Amino acid sequence: MGEPKLRLQGVSQVYEGARGETRALQNMDIDVAPGEAVAILGPSGCGKSTSLLIAAGLRVPTQGAAFVDGVRVAGPRLNTALILQDFGLLPWKTVAENAGLGLQIRKTPKRERAERVARALEQVGLADFADAFPAELSGGMRQRLAMARALTCDADLLLMDEPLSALDALLREEMQDMLKRCWCEQGYAQVLVTHSIEEAVYLGQRIVVMSPRPGRVVHVLENAEMQQENWRDADLFFERCRALREMLRDIVAKEEVAHA
Amino acid sequence: MRKHPVLGRIADYVFAIVFILAGWQLTAMAVHNPVLPGPFDAFPMVAQYFDELWPAFLVSLYRVVVAMLIGTVLAIPLGLACGRSPRADAVFAPILYFLYPLPKVVLLPVLIVLLGLADAPKIVLIAITVFFQVLVTVRDASKSVPEQSILSMRSLGASRLDIYRHAIVPATLPELFTALRISSGTAVAILFFAEGIAGSTGLGYFIVNAWALLAYPKMFAGIIAMALLGVILYELFDVAERRLTRWRRV
Repeated sequence: MGEPKLRLQGVSQVYEGARGETRALQNMDIDVAPGEAVAILGPSGCGKSTSLLIAAGLRVPTQGAAFVDGVRVAGPRLNTALILQDFGLLPWKTVAENAGLGLQIRKTPKRERAERVARALEQVGLADFADAFPAELSGGMRQRLAMARALTCDADLLLMDEPLSALDALLREEMQDMLKRCWCEQGYAQVLVTHSIEEAVYLGQRIVVMSPRPGRVVHVLENAEMQQENWRDADLFFERCRALREMLRDIVAKEEVAHA
Repeated sequence: MRKHPVLGRIADYVFAIVFILAGWQLTAMAVHNPVLPGPFDAFPMVAQYFDELWPAFLVSLYRVVVAMLIGTVLAIPLGLACGRSPRADAVFAPILYFLYPLPKVVLLPVLIVLLGLADAPKIVLIAITVFFQVLVTVRDASKSVPEQSILSMRSLGASRLDIYRHAIVPATLPELFTALRISSGTAVAILFFAEGIAGSTGLGYFIVNAWALLAYPKMFAGIIAMALLGVILYELFDVAERRLTRWRRV
Protein backbone atom coordinates (compact mmCIF):
# COMPACT_ATOMS: atom_id res chain seq x y z
CA MET A 1 0.00 0.00 0.00
CA GLY A 2 1.34 3.46 -0.88
CA GLU A 3 0.71 6.56 1.19
CA PRO A 4 -2.45 5.91 3.22
CA LYS A 5 -5.24 8.45 3.05
CA LEU A 6 -5.68 8.20 6.81
CA ARG A 7 -3.29 6.82 9.37
CA LEU A 8 -3.93 6.56 13.09
CA GLN A 9 -0.58 5.88 14.69
CA GLY A 10 -0.23 4.76 18.29
CA VAL A 11 -3.30 6.73 19.28
CA SER A 12 -4.27 6.70 22.94
CA GLN A 13 -6.88 8.85 24.60
CA VAL A 14 -7.34 9.41 28.30
CA TYR A 15 -10.23 11.49 29.65
CA GLU A 16 -9.97 13.31 32.95
CA GLY A 17 -13.30 13.23 34.74
CA ALA A 18 -14.79 13.71 38.18
CA ARG A 19 -14.18 10.00 38.86
CA GLY A 20 -10.56 10.15 37.80
CA GLU A 21 -8.98 9.06 34.54
CA THR A 22 -10.79 7.04 31.89
CA ARG A 23 -8.67 5.41 29.24
CA ALA A 24 -10.82 5.36 26.08
CA LEU A 25 -8.26 4.26 23.49
CA GLN A 26 -4.99 2.45 23.81
CA ASN A 27 -2.27 2.45 21.18
CA MET A 28 -4.58 2.26 18.18
CA ASP A 29 -3.07 1.83 14.71
CA ILE A 30 -5.14 1.94 11.53
CA ASP A 31 -4.25 2.71 7.93
CA VAL A 32 -6.97 3.53 5.39
CA ALA A 33 -5.93 3.57 1.73
CA PRO A 34 -7.27 6.20 -0.70
CA GLY A 35 -10.72 5.09 -1.86
CA GLU A 36 -10.90 2.30 0.70
CA ALA A 37 -13.93 1.62 2.90
CA VAL A 38 -13.10 0.57 6.44
CA ALA A 39 -15.61 -0.32 9.12
CA ILE A 40 -14.66 -0.08 12.79
CA LEU A 41 -16.64 -2.49 14.88
CA GLY A 42 -16.65 -2.90 18.62
CA PRO A 43 -18.78 -2.92 21.76
CA SER A 44 -20.30 0.30 23.11
CA GLY A 45 -17.86 2.60 24.84
CA CYS A 46 -14.75 1.12 23.24
CA GLY A 47 -13.56 4.46 21.89
CA LYS A 48 -14.74 4.03 18.28
CA SER A 49 -16.24 7.52 18.17
CA THR A 50 -13.19 9.02 19.85
CA SER A 51 -10.94 7.58 17.15
CA LEU A 52 -13.15 9.21 14.53
CA LEU A 53 -13.06 12.61 16.25
CA ILE A 54 -9.26 12.37 16.38
CA ALA A 55 -9.18 11.54 12.66
CA ALA A 56 -11.46 14.53 11.98
CA GLY A 57 -9.11 16.83 13.89
CA LEU A 58 -11.73 17.58 16.52
CA ARG A 59 -9.88 15.98 19.38
CA VAL A 60 -6.19 15.92 20.20
CA PRO A 61 -5.07 12.43 21.28
CA THR A 62 -3.23 12.02 24.57
CA GLN A 63 -0.60 10.00 22.71
CA GLY A 64 0.06 9.25 19.05
CA ALA A 65 -1.29 11.15 16.08
CA ALA A 66 -3.60 11.04 13.06
CA PHE A 67 -2.22 11.72 9.58
CA VAL A 68 -4.13 12.46 6.37
CA ASP A 69 -2.09 12.18 3.17
CA GLY A 70 0.97 11.99 5.40
CA VAL A 71 0.22 15.33 7.06
CA ARG A 72 -0.37 15.35 10.80
CA VAL A 73 -3.98 16.29 11.58
CA ALA A 74 -3.92 19.43 13.70
CA GLY A 75 -7.53 20.54 13.21
CA PRO A 76 -10.55 20.09 10.93
CA ARG A 77 -9.57 19.60 7.29
CA LEU A 78 -11.66 20.98 4.43
CA ASN A 79 -11.90 17.70 2.48
CA THR A 80 -12.69 15.51 5.45
CA ALA A 81 -16.43 15.14 6.00
CA LEU A 82 -17.89 13.92 9.27
CA ILE A 83 -21.38 12.50 9.69
CA LEU A 84 -22.45 12.06 13.29
CA GLN A 85 -25.14 9.92 14.82
CA ASP A 86 -27.72 12.73 14.91
CA PHE A 87 -26.37 14.07 11.57
CA GLY A 88 -25.56 17.49 13.09
CA LEU A 89 -28.22 19.20 10.98
CA LEU A 90 -29.32 22.68 12.00
CA PRO A 91 -33.12 22.72 12.45
CA TRP A 92 -33.41 26.44 11.51
CA LYS A 93 -31.78 25.99 8.12
CA THR A 94 -33.57 24.57 5.10
CA VAL A 95 -32.42 21.41 3.37
CA ALA A 96 -30.49 23.45 0.78
CA GLU A 97 -28.93 25.68 3.45
CA ASN A 98 -27.89 22.66 5.52
CA ALA A 99 -26.41 20.95 2.49
CA GLY A 100 -24.49 24.07 1.54
CA LEU A 101 -23.33 25.01 5.03
CA GLY A 102 -19.78 23.82 4.51
CA LEU A 103 -19.56 25.84 1.30
CA GLN A 104 -21.06 28.90 2.97
CA ILE A 105 -18.49 28.68 5.76
CA ARG A 106 -15.76 28.45 3.13
CA LYS A 107 -17.22 31.53 1.45
CA THR A 108 -17.85 29.73 -1.85
CA PRO A 109 -19.59 32.16 -4.26
CA LYS A 110 -23.39 31.94 -4.05
CA ARG A 111 -23.88 30.78 -7.61
CA GLU A 112 -21.35 27.96 -7.37
CA ARG A 113 -22.78 27.02 -4.00
CA ALA A 114 -26.30 26.77 -5.41
CA GLU A 115 -25.08 24.60 -8.30
CA ARG A 116 -23.14 22.22 -6.07
CA VAL A 117 -25.98 21.97 -3.56
CA ALA A 118 -28.50 21.26 -6.32
CA ARG A 119 -26.22 18.54 -7.73
CA ALA A 120 -25.70 16.92 -4.31
CA LEU A 121 -29.41 17.02 -3.46
CA GLU A 122 -30.16 15.44 -6.83
CA GLN A 123 -27.65 12.67 -6.09
CA VAL A 124 -29.28 11.77 -2.79
CA GLY A 125 -32.85 12.21 -4.07
CA LEU A 126 -33.74 15.32 -2.08
CA ALA A 127 -34.00 17.79 -4.96
CA ASP A 128 -37.74 18.28 -4.34
CA PHE A 129 -37.18 19.11 -0.67
CA ALA A 130 -34.64 21.92 -1.01
CA ASP A 131 -36.87 24.43 0.81
CA ALA A 132 -38.07 22.06 3.53
CA PHE A 133 -36.75 22.14 7.10
CA PRO A 134 -35.11 19.08 8.68
CA ALA A 135 -38.14 18.61 10.96
CA GLU A 136 -40.21 17.94 7.84
CA LEU A 137 -37.95 15.07 6.77
CA SER A 138 -38.04 11.40 7.75
CA GLY A 139 -35.02 9.82 9.46
CA GLY A 140 -33.80 8.38 6.17
CA MET A 141 -34.13 11.73 4.41
CA ARG A 142 -32.13 13.43 7.16
CA GLN A 143 -29.42 10.83 6.71
CA ARG A 144 -29.41 11.58 2.98
CA LEU A 145 -29.17 15.28 3.72
CA ALA A 146 -26.11 14.67 5.90
CA MET A 147 -24.67 12.74 2.98
CA ALA A 148 -25.46 15.62 0.61
CA ARG A 149 -23.56 17.98 2.90
CA ALA A 150 -20.53 15.72 2.64
CA LEU A 151 -20.90 15.51 -1.15
CA THR A 152 -21.03 19.29 -1.62
CA CYS A 153 -17.67 19.57 0.15
CA ASP A 154 -15.97 17.23 -2.37
CA ALA A 155 -14.77 15.08 0.50
CA ASP A 156 -11.93 12.67 -0.15
CA LEU A 157 -12.30 11.22 3.33
CA LEU A 158 -15.70 10.49 4.82
CA LEU A 159 -15.93 9.66 8.52
CA MET A 160 -19.24 8.33 9.84
CA ASP A 161 -20.15 7.73 13.46
CA GLU A 162 -23.04 5.27 13.62
CA PRO A 163 -25.04 7.31 11.14
CA LEU A 164 -27.78 4.71 10.71
CA SER A 165 -28.30 3.64 14.30
CA ALA A 166 -31.54 5.59 14.73
CA LEU A 167 -33.22 4.11 11.66
CA ASP A 168 -35.52 1.10 11.45
CA ALA A 169 -34.23 -2.12 9.85
CA LEU A 170 -35.65 -1.65 6.33
CA LEU A 171 -34.68 1.99 6.08
CA ARG A 172 -31.26 1.11 7.39
CA GLU A 173 -30.71 -1.30 4.50
CA GLU A 174 -31.89 1.34 2.04
CA MET A 175 -29.44 3.85 3.51
CA GLN A 176 -26.63 1.30 3.50
CA ASP A 177 -27.25 0.87 -0.24
CA MET A 178 -27.09 4.65 -0.69
CA LEU A 179 -23.85 4.91 1.27
CA LYS A 180 -22.30 2.14 -0.81
CA ARG A 181 -23.49 3.71 -4.06
CA CYS A 182 -22.09 7.14 -3.13
CA TRP A 183 -18.79 5.59 -2.07
CA CYS A 184 -18.52 3.64 -5.38
CA GLU A 185 -19.41 6.72 -7.46
CA GLN A 186 -17.30 9.28 -5.61
CA GLY A 187 -14.26 7.16 -4.77
CA TYR A 188 -13.51 8.77 -1.40
CA ALA A 189 -11.95 6.87 1.48
CA GLN A 190 -14.55 6.02 4.07
CA VAL A 191 -14.42 5.06 7.73
CA LEU A 192 -17.63 3.84 9.26
CA VAL A 193 -17.92 3.38 13.01
CA THR A 194 -20.70 1.00 13.90
CA HIS A 195 -21.80 -1.55 16.46
CA SER A 196 -23.83 -3.41 13.85
CA ILE A 197 -22.03 -6.49 12.55
CA GLU A 198 -24.20 -6.67 9.41
CA GLU A 199 -23.51 -3.03 8.61
CA ALA A 200 -19.76 -3.49 9.01
CA VAL A 201 -19.78 -6.57 6.75
CA TYR A 202 -21.95 -4.82 4.15
CA LEU A 203 -19.99 -1.57 3.99
CA GLY A 204 -16.40 -2.36 5.00
CA GLN A 205 -13.70 -3.68 2.66
CA ARG A 206 -11.78 -4.19 5.85
CA ILE A 207 -13.33 -4.58 9.25
CA VAL A 208 -11.37 -3.43 12.25
CA VAL A 209 -12.52 -5.14 15.42
CA MET A 210 -11.89 -3.35 18.70
CA SER A 211 -11.76 -4.56 22.27
CA PRO A 212 -13.93 -3.12 25.05
CA ARG A 213 -12.55 -0.03 26.80
CA PRO A 214 -9.75 0.86 26.61
CA GLY A 215 -10.30 0.26 22.90
CA ARG A 216 -7.50 -1.28 20.88
CA VAL A 217 -7.43 -3.08 17.58
CA VAL A 218 -7.69 -6.80 18.23
CA HIS A 219 -8.44 -8.07 14.74
CA VAL A 220 -8.60 -6.85 11.14
CA LEU A 221 -10.80 -8.85 8.80
CA GLU A 222 -10.42 -8.58 5.00
CA ASN A 223 -13.83 -8.27 3.37
CA ALA A 224 -13.10 -7.38 -0.26
CA GLU A 225 -16.15 -9.37 -1.41
CA MET A 226 -18.44 -6.59 -0.15
CA GLN A 227 -18.37 -5.12 -3.67
CA GLN A 228 -20.15 -8.19 -5.08
CA GLU A 229 -23.66 -7.83 -6.47
CA ASN A 230 -26.36 -8.80 -3.94
CA TRP A 231 -23.72 -9.11 -1.24
CA ARG A 232 -26.34 -8.96 1.48
CA ASP A 233 -27.89 -12.21 0.20
CA ALA A 234 -24.60 -14.08 -0.29
CA ASP A 235 -23.80 -17.09 1.89
CA LEU A 236 -20.36 -15.63 2.59
CA PHE A 237 -22.02 -12.48 3.99
CA PHE A 238 -23.91 -14.55 6.58
CA GLU A 239 -20.84 -16.64 7.30
CA ARG A 240 -18.75 -13.53 7.91
CA CYS A 241 -21.40 -12.01 10.16
CA ARG A 242 -21.51 -15.26 12.16
CA ALA A 243 -17.71 -15.37 12.45
CA LEU A 244 -17.57 -11.76 13.58
CA ARG A 245 -20.35 -12.29 16.11
CA GLU A 246 -18.42 -15.20 17.65
CA MET A 247 -15.22 -13.19 17.60
CA LEU A 248 -16.88 -10.28 19.44
CA ARG A 249 -18.41 -12.64 22.01
CA ASP A 250 -14.98 -14.16 22.61
CA ILE A 251 -13.34 -10.75 22.97
CA VAL A 252 -15.96 -9.51 25.44
CA ALA A 253 -15.80 -12.79 27.43
CA LYS A 254 -11.97 -12.66 27.61
CA GLU A 255 -12.09 -9.03 28.78
CA GLU A 256 -14.64 -9.93 31.46
CA VAL A 257 -12.39 -12.73 32.70
CA ALA A 258 -9.39 -10.39 32.63
CA HIS A 259 -11.25 -7.78 34.70
CA ALA A 260 -12.78 -10.31 37.12
CA MET B 1 -61.44 22.82 7.57
CA ARG B 2 -58.01 24.46 7.96
CA LYS B 3 -57.95 27.88 9.60
CA HIS B 4 -56.74 30.80 7.47
CA PRO B 5 -53.58 32.05 9.24
CA VAL B 6 -54.43 35.78 9.19
CA LEU B 7 -58.22 35.59 9.39
CA GLY B 8 -57.93 32.93 12.07
CA ARG B 9 -55.70 35.17 14.14
CA ILE B 10 -58.07 38.13 13.73
CA ALA B 11 -60.97 35.90 14.78
CA ASP B 12 -59.00 34.82 17.87
CA TYR B 13 -58.36 38.45 18.77
CA VAL B 14 -62.01 39.44 18.23
CA PHE B 15 -63.07 36.59 20.49
CA ALA B 16 -60.54 37.64 23.16
CA ILE B 17 -61.65 41.29 23.01
CA VAL B 18 -65.35 40.36 23.26
CA PHE B 19 -64.54 38.04 26.17
CA ILE B 20 -62.56 40.70 28.05
CA LEU B 21 -65.13 43.45 27.39
CA ALA B 22 -67.96 41.21 28.55
CA GLY B 23 -66.04 40.32 31.72
CA TRP B 24 -65.21 43.97 32.31
CA GLN B 25 -68.81 45.08 31.79
CA LEU B 26 -70.17 42.37 34.11
CA THR B 27 -67.58 43.23 36.80
CA ALA B 28 -68.36 46.95 36.49
CA MET B 29 -72.07 46.20 36.86
CA ALA B 30 -71.40 44.01 39.89
CA VAL B 31 -69.06 46.51 41.61
CA HIS B 32 -71.29 49.46 40.69
CA ASN B 33 -68.73 52.10 41.74
CA PRO B 34 -67.44 55.08 39.73
CA VAL B 35 -63.87 53.83 40.22
CA LEU B 36 -64.63 50.99 37.78
CA PRO B 37 -66.57 52.31 34.79
CA GLY B 38 -67.75 49.83 32.20
CA PRO B 39 -66.17 49.73 28.73
CA PHE B 40 -69.03 51.71 27.21
CA ASP B 41 -68.23 54.61 29.56
CA ALA B 42 -64.44 54.24 29.39
CA PHE B 43 -63.86 53.95 25.64
CA PRO B 44 -65.48 57.28 24.68
CA MET B 45 -63.03 58.85 27.14
CA VAL B 46 -60.11 57.75 24.94
CA ALA B 47 -61.53 59.91 22.14
CA GLN B 48 -62.39 62.73 24.54
CA TYR B 49 -58.85 62.91 26.02
CA PHE B 50 -57.03 61.95 22.84
CA ASP B 51 -55.13 65.26 22.59
CA GLU B 52 -53.62 64.71 26.06
CA LEU B 53 -53.34 60.96 25.74
CA TRP B 54 -51.47 60.76 22.42
CA PRO B 55 -48.33 62.71 23.48
CA ALA B 56 -48.27 60.74 26.76
CA PHE B 57 -48.54 57.50 24.76
CA LEU B 58 -45.65 58.49 22.47
CA VAL B 59 -43.41 59.44 25.42
CA SER B 60 -44.13 56.12 27.16
CA LEU B 61 -43.61 54.16 23.93
CA TYR B 62 -40.27 55.89 23.37
CA ARG B 63 -39.08 55.15 26.92
CA VAL B 64 -40.07 51.51 26.92
CA VAL B 65 -38.72 50.76 23.41
CA VAL B 66 -35.37 52.46 24.03
CA ALA B 67 -35.03 50.78 27.44
CA MET B 68 -35.85 47.32 26.09
CA LEU B 69 -33.44 47.83 23.21
CA ILE B 70 -30.59 48.83 25.54
CA GLY B 71 -31.30 46.01 28.01
CA THR B 72 -31.51 43.39 25.25
CA VAL B 73 -28.48 44.56 23.27
CA LEU B 74 -26.32 44.46 26.40
CA ALA B 75 -27.72 41.17 27.69
CA ILE B 76 -27.41 39.04 24.52
CA PRO B 77 -23.60 39.03 24.15
CA LEU B 78 -23.06 38.57 27.88
CA GLY B 79 -25.66 35.76 28.00
CA LEU B 80 -24.02 34.02 25.05
CA ALA B 81 -20.58 34.38 26.61
CA CYS B 82 -21.76 32.95 29.95
CA GLY B 83 -23.66 30.13 28.25
CA ARG B 84 -20.78 29.01 26.07
CA SER B 85 -17.75 29.80 28.21
CA PRO B 86 -17.47 28.03 31.57
CA ARG B 87 -14.80 30.57 32.53
CA ALA B 88 -17.08 33.57 31.88
CA ASP B 89 -19.93 31.78 33.61
CA ALA B 90 -17.78 31.11 36.67
CA VAL B 91 -17.12 34.85 36.92
CA PHE B 92 -20.62 36.16 36.23
CA ALA B 93 -22.90 33.41 37.63
CA PRO B 94 -22.37 34.33 41.33
CA ILE B 95 -23.00 38.02 40.55
CA LEU B 96 -26.11 37.03 38.65
CA TYR B 97 -27.45 34.89 41.50
CA PHE B 98 -27.26 37.86 43.85
CA LEU B 99 -28.60 40.52 41.51
CA TYR B 100 -31.29 38.63 39.55
CA PRO B 101 -33.74 38.14 42.46
CA LEU B 102 -33.37 41.77 43.59
CA PRO B 103 -36.54 43.73 42.67
CA LYS B 104 -34.95 46.37 40.44
CA VAL B 105 -37.85 48.75 40.99
CA VAL B 106 -36.45 49.60 44.46
CA LEU B 107 -33.58 51.33 42.67
CA LEU B 108 -35.91 54.07 41.39
CA PRO B 109 -35.19 56.56 44.20
CA VAL B 110 -31.45 56.12 43.68
CA LEU B 111 -31.80 56.59 39.93
CA ILE B 112 -33.98 59.70 40.36
CA VAL B 113 -31.39 61.28 42.65
CA LEU B 114 -28.57 60.39 40.27
CA LEU B 115 -30.27 61.00 36.91
CA GLY B 116 -33.06 63.50 37.59
CA LEU B 117 -36.74 63.34 36.75
CA ALA B 118 -36.61 63.18 32.95
CA ASP B 119 -36.41 60.07 30.73
CA ALA B 120 -33.08 58.70 31.99
CA PRO B 121 -34.09 57.08 35.34
CA LYS B 122 -37.16 55.41 33.76
CA ILE B 123 -35.18 54.10 30.79
CA VAL B 124 -32.32 52.86 32.99
CA LEU B 125 -34.70 51.14 35.45
CA ILE B 126 -36.53 49.27 32.69
CA ALA B 127 -33.27 48.47 30.88
CA ILE B 128 -31.81 46.92 34.06
CA THR B 129 -34.90 44.76 34.58
CA VAL B 130 -35.00 43.57 30.96
CA PHE B 131 -31.24 43.04 30.96
CA PHE B 132 -31.38 40.43 33.72
CA GLN B 133 -34.41 38.61 32.29
CA VAL B 134 -32.84 38.37 28.84
CA LEU B 135 -29.39 37.55 30.19
CA VAL B 136 -30.58 34.54 32.22
CA THR B 137 -32.68 33.21 29.34
CA VAL B 138 -29.99 33.58 26.66
CA ARG B 139 -27.37 32.07 28.95
CA ASP B 140 -29.49 28.97 29.65
CA ALA B 141 -30.64 28.61 26.04
CA SER B 142 -27.12 28.85 24.62
CA LYS B 143 -25.96 26.16 27.05
CA SER B 144 -28.47 23.71 25.64
CA VAL B 145 -27.22 23.76 22.02
CA PRO B 146 -26.45 20.09 21.19
CA GLU B 147 -22.73 19.36 21.20
CA GLN B 148 -23.13 17.28 18.03
CA SER B 149 -24.30 20.38 16.12
CA ILE B 150 -21.18 22.24 17.27
CA LEU B 151 -18.88 19.30 16.43
CA SER B 152 -20.50 18.93 13.04
CA MET B 153 -19.93 22.61 12.30
CA ARG B 154 -16.35 22.51 13.51
CA SER B 155 -15.73 19.56 11.19
CA LEU B 156 -16.86 21.79 8.31
CA GLY B 157 -14.13 24.26 9.25
CA ALA B 158 -16.41 26.71 11.04
CA SER B 159 -14.74 29.45 13.06
CA ARG B 160 -16.05 30.45 16.48
CA LEU B 161 -17.92 33.32 14.85
CA ASP B 162 -19.50 30.93 12.30
CA ILE B 163 -20.64 28.67 15.12
CA TYR B 164 -22.28 31.60 16.91
CA ARG B 165 -23.84 32.90 13.72
CA HIS B 166 -25.16 29.63 12.31
CA ALA B 167 -25.78 27.50 15.42
CA ILE B 168 -25.83 29.20 18.79
CA VAL B 169 -27.65 32.47 18.08
CA PRO B 170 -30.46 30.86 16.05
CA ALA B 171 -30.83 28.16 18.72
CA THR B 172 -31.43 30.79 21.40
CA LEU B 173 -33.98 32.82 19.41
CA PRO B 174 -37.17 31.06 20.59
CA GLU B 175 -36.22 31.46 24.26
CA LEU B 176 -35.05 35.04 23.62
CA PHE B 177 -38.44 36.00 22.21
CA THR B 178 -40.23 34.31 25.10
CA ALA B 179 -38.09 36.37 27.48
CA LEU B 180 -38.83 39.55 25.52
CA ARG B 181 -42.57 38.90 25.58
CA ILE B 182 -42.49 38.34 29.33
CA SER B 183 -40.18 41.35 29.80
CA SER B 184 -42.52 43.59 27.81
CA GLY B 185 -45.21 43.08 30.48
CA THR B 186 -42.75 43.76 33.28
CA ALA B 187 -41.38 46.78 31.41
CA VAL B 188 -44.83 48.37 31.05
CA ALA B 189 -45.54 47.74 34.75
CA ILE B 190 -42.27 49.40 35.77
CA LEU B 191 -42.93 52.23 33.35
CA PHE B 192 -46.28 52.92 35.04
CA PHE B 193 -44.64 52.92 38.45
CA ALA B 194 -41.71 55.12 37.43
CA GLU B 195 -43.83 57.64 35.50
CA GLY B 196 -46.42 57.74 38.25
CA ILE B 197 -43.84 58.55 40.91
CA ALA B 198 -41.36 60.74 39.07
CA GLY B 199 -42.00 63.38 36.44
CA SER B 200 -44.99 64.88 34.70
CA THR B 201 -45.13 63.06 31.38
CA GLY B 202 -46.12 59.66 30.05
CA LEU B 203 -49.10 57.38 30.53
CA GLY B 204 -48.14 56.49 34.10
CA TYR B 205 -48.34 60.13 35.09
CA PHE B 206 -51.60 60.53 33.10
CA ILE B 207 -53.24 57.68 35.04
CA VAL B 208 -51.98 58.67 38.49
CA ASN B 209 -52.91 62.31 37.92
CA ALA B 210 -56.43 61.39 36.83
CA TRP B 211 -56.70 59.10 39.85
CA ALA B 212 -55.67 61.93 42.19
CA LEU B 213 -58.34 64.15 40.63
CA LEU B 214 -60.88 61.34 41.01
CA ALA B 215 -61.45 61.52 37.23
CA TYR B 216 -62.08 57.80 36.91
CA PRO B 217 -63.24 57.71 33.28
CA LYS B 218 -60.13 59.72 32.33
CA MET B 219 -58.01 57.35 34.41
CA PHE B 220 -59.50 54.44 32.47
CA ALA B 221 -58.68 56.13 29.18
CA GLY B 222 -55.05 56.06 30.38
CA ILE B 223 -55.33 52.44 31.46
CA ILE B 224 -56.68 51.49 28.01
CA ALA B 225 -53.78 53.34 26.34
CA MET B 226 -51.29 51.57 28.60
CA ALA B 227 -52.87 48.19 27.83
CA LEU B 228 -52.60 49.06 24.13
CA LEU B 229 -48.90 49.82 24.62
CA GLY B 230 -48.39 46.39 26.18
CA VAL B 231 -50.33 44.67 23.38
CA ILE B 232 -48.30 46.49 20.70
CA LEU B 233 -45.00 45.41 22.26
CA TYR B 234 -46.18 41.83 22.77
CA GLU B 235 -47.48 41.59 19.23
CA LEU B 236 -44.25 43.11 17.85
CA PHE B 237 -42.18 40.38 19.49
CA ASP B 238 -44.68 37.75 18.43
CA VAL B 239 -44.48 38.84 14.77
CA ALA B 240 -40.67 38.99 14.90
CA GLU B 241 -40.53 35.52 16.45
CA ARG B 242 -42.85 34.07 13.83
CA ARG B 243 -40.69 35.52 11.06
CA LEU B 244 -37.35 34.51 12.54
CA THR B 245 -38.25 31.05 13.84
CA ARG B 246 -40.28 29.77 10.91
CA TRP B 247 -38.67 26.33 11.33
CA ARG B 248 -40.52 25.79 14.63
CA ARG B 249 -43.93 25.77 13.02
CA VAL B 250 -43.39 23.04 10.42
